[in-house]
Amino acid sequence: MALADLANPSRFLMFANRAIPWLAGLTLIVFAFGIDQAMRAPDDYQQGATVKIMFLHVPSAWLGMLGWAVMTVGALGTLVWRHPLADVAAKAAAPIGAAFTLLCLVTGSLWGRPEWGTYWVWDARLTSELLLFLLYLGVIALWRTVDDPSRAARAVAILTLVGAIDLPIIKFSVDWWNTLHQGASVFRLGGSTIDSSILMPLFVMAAAFTLLFVTLHLAAMRNEILRRRVRTLRLMQASAVS
Amino acid sequence: MDTVSHTGFIVESYAAAAVVVLGLIAWVVLDFRMQRRNLADLESRGVTRRSAPAGRAMQQAREDA
Repeated sequence: MALADLANPSRFLMFANRAIPWLAGLTLIVFAFGIDQAMRAPDDYQQGATVKIMFLHVPSAWLGMLGWAVMTVGALGTLVWRHPLADVAAKAAAPIGAAFTLLCLVTGSLWGRPEWGTYWVWDARLTSELLLFLLYLGVIALWRTVDDPSRAARAVAILTLVGAIDLPIIKFSVDWWNTLHQGASVFRLGGSTIDSSILMPLFVMAAAFTLLFVTLHLAAMRNEILRRRVRTLRLMQASAVS
Repeated sequence: MDTVSHTGFIVESYAAAAVVVLGLIAWVVLDFRMQRRNLADLESRGVTRRSAPAGRAMQQAREDA
């Protein structure tokens, strides 16, 4: 099946029905391996055992941002290319991205308390991450406010493109401002500052979370396509009665 | 570093992750079941898409299962 064929909702459903069980199985296997590696990872020489929170916090932060990046591509697909599944993909990504951003905030607070002595500070990284979560809530609310999906899609697409400005702010906030949050330590010029015994479990957990994101996103897109079919049939039924 | 006193933070983090992940899975699965049920209900009342032959929506819902 060519990639362009997936623009057809019926063909996308066929693809999703085949792919979801395999992806779910693969996600489970990688998660089992990742959690095993995370639990076996040595304590950090400074942070001790709390470094285990990193295996949840960092992947959820990445996926919170990935969710908005997916929505941004979807917004361009809606406004520029008018791709039939672009707004479906964007709408399906919003709750998943919001959930991972919330998990990032929660695990960050739980990690911050023993390391910084506080659950929360209004520094640039934490505040821009909180802003991302609020933007997600705004997008989800906007989808629910407008009944017609195509009209809602255009309004959401504009908000999504504006909100995308927050992604580089989150990424570079630790460089642009003096923050309590540590600077980049995984992907940085000169290589990672994290020892491989901790870095490898982090990458495995990141792969597991990414697979989970892809699986949930495909399933949520399938649900959204079915929801729109139900809506269309109900409108047909209502017009037939009247 | 006193690791014992920090165990609670680690356990709470993993518990929060479990709640979020299981919540997302439950949301997707329950939503899928609801849409499938709605499609089957409409099909049973003879409401089908113009592009789909009679019985197609029900068949699709069964395939989706």
